[in-house]
Amino acid sequence: MNKAEIFRQMSEAIVAGDREASRRLAEEAVRSGFDLPEVIEQGYVPGLQRVGELWEKGEYFLPELILSAEAMKSAMAVLEPALGRRTTSAMGGKLVIGTVEGDIHDIGKNLVASMLQAGGFEVFDLGADVKLERFVAKAEEVGAQLICLSALLTTTMAAQKRFIELLKDRGLRGKYKVLVGGAPASRKWADEIGADGYAENAVAAVKVAKSLAGRA
Amino acid sequence: MNATRRPKLELLSEPLADQIIDEGLTLLERHGVLVENAEALDLLQAAGAKVDRGTGVVRIPRRIVEAALATVPATITLYDRSGEQAFVVGGDEVHFDPGSAAVTMLDHGTQSERKATTADLVAFAKLADTLDHIHFQSTGLIATDVPSSIADAFRLYAGLCLSAKPVVTGTFRVEGFRPMKDMLAAVRGGDDGLRRKPLAIFDACPSPPLKWSNLTTQSLIDAARAGAPSELISMGMTGATSPTTIAGTLVQHVAESLSGVVIGQLAEAGSPIIFGGSPSSFDMRKGTTPMGAIETMMIDMAYAQLGKRLKMPTHAYMGLSDAKINDPQAGFETGLGAVLAALAGINVVSGPGMLDFESAMSLEKLVIDDGVCAMAYRLIEGIAQRDDPIALGVFEGFVPGMSFLTHPHTRRWYRTEHIQPGLVDRDPYEAWVAAGRTSIVDKAHTDVAKRLQAYASSPLPKAVRRELDDIMSGYARSLGAEFKPATLF
Repeated sequence: MNKAEIFRQMSEAIVAGDREASRRLAEEAVRSGFDLPEVIEQGYVPGLQRVGELWEKGEYFLPELILSAEAMKSAMAVLEPALGRRTTSAMGGKLVIGTVEGDIHDIGKNLVASMLQAGGFEVFDLGADVKLERFVAKAEEVGAQLICLSALLTTTMAAQKRFIELLKDRGLRGKYKVLVGGAPASRKWADEIGADGYAENAVAAVKVAKSLAGRA
Repeated sequence: MNATRRPKLELLSEPLADQIIDEGLTLLERHGVLVENAEALDLLQAAGAKVDRGTGVVRIPRRIVEAALATVPATITLYDRSGEQAFVVGGDEVHFDPGSAAVTMLDHGTQSERKATTADLVAFAKLADTLDHIHFQSTGLIATDVPSSIADAFRLYAGLCLSAKPVVTGTFRVEGFRPMKDMLAAVRGGDDGLRRKPLAIFDACPSPPLKWSNLTTQSLIDAARAGAPSELISMGMTGATSPTTIAGTLVQHVAESLSGVVIGQLAEAGSPIIFGGSPSSFDMRKGTTPMGAIETMMIDMAYAQLGKRLKMPTHAYMGLSDAKINDPQAGFETGLGAVLAALAGINVVSGPGMLDFESAMSLEKLVIDDGVCAMAYRLIEGIAQRDDPIALGVFEGFVPGMSFLTHPHTRRWYRTEHIQPGLVDRDPYEAWVAAGRTSIVDKAHTDVAKRLQAYASSPLPKAVRRELDDIMSGYARSLGAEFKPATLF
């Protein structure tokens, strides 16, 4: 099989959300000694882009989106160790994500985390009902660039605002880009509290995160 | 005279209904439920269920479920605050109550949602008290100016002070049940009185899939022992926290609900439990839980059918909308839901007033919805034969061009046969223009003010009120929160 055909199959595996095929193709690429950054950028990433297009056209829904993200993760689990210290432009950097304190909703957050991971970010998911302090501690610990806060309730979204204030108090506001999301959040809200980014869905979140990380 | 048929709609065929129940029972036997409450685990183990103490997973054999179903009452009678007016919750009786636990108010002036305060809670309770077709009140708003630790009990406190209607409520924390039960008992003059004449329903929500949290399990146990009805609120979201097919979600609904029935009956045999729920057709685009989706209503109607098959009283969240303002979507989703709930014979229907999934309350909508409820009640009264012969007598002495307006038969029956449902517009066009082209929402806003002005519910007896104040003070003190007996009511 030539490289172009393998790349096409990789893309297809992502579009089809086929975790098994995605992993198998990645293993084959490693075995064959392919240039792995090229494999990611020309094999898998076009698949993800296609998934994003299908979502935006209204043909793909959440289950397809999540399966595609899972397929991407299964490929990256094979490729990343083999890449060693090399990075590719498809790899995004580190980010910390979680649902803010007092809020136990995590379906939307999990989806965004999956998509960000599929989009090449190293994702540190703190789960739901996360104390604001923990976001900072984790970001400091792992050297993250981005911190993403989810809130599904109008009563808990205020924590997103408090988080920005917390960063300012610590003198860390300039160090991290902060993204906010969740049902009650909006562009306007993000501007009002001085967040760096807002996205209305998981596909848009990846775009915003990439642009904030200087990759778009 | 021919009997009146009460219109009724059942979505499930009998064999399908039976298979859903059967699979629910198998699920409980085979996979079990996760129970995060030590007391419930003890009860279940003592009854012979297989309890894994390490994981908290309980496998419940059929015979235990069947024993619980044999003791759970088919009908509950709620009484108003005076203990005089009775409401039968069972059979195909239908009672609407406002959707509960909204976190925000839709402010009519700004057409935006905002946090609710005690003043909103007061207006809401007073308004619900004035609405004839809202049979029960609900602790439907969370006042954010009250310390959150006592917010659950505070809602009930306000409701009991302001309205005589039975209450649909629930706890936010394990400690919340005691003061809430004590206030209800104070109204009845003691625990026995409350047991004999239940005044409030407590919601108990399992966490999908197949889990009972400590809070909700404790509420279920505490309510059972106090003889207070619990309403089981299983809430699978299709394709997210429960199977994506409607029938599949119903299997999970049955398993979650029946495990609740078992826990309640083990805590106290014969304790009143309502087969309710708040499941939804998960939106695969937005990741939200639309209550106005037709599939959500289908799930509701179907589990109610199953609840009736299991000889239990039923409940659903219907007659509410996902719209953010009082727009056409708010109207049609509410209308559809209320009518379908009534046709399904669901006993407690929580929804009127609610927007934005289950998170915002609109006073204007509550008034509009009172008219929707009136129509739904009328629908299920059915078409009666009032006379025999039906109409031949009316036509005696018939002449061409005869008018029925002045016929004695008209005056005899028109008020019984036809209702005046609230605020709907039935003006001729010119009259509507002359009256200022007002929409139903504007009319509702005016009506809210008028009703709040006219509100004249008799207050609690002074001694009872003092008891309630003391219970609230004690509860607040025990949590280190501040509470001043309300001066707003």
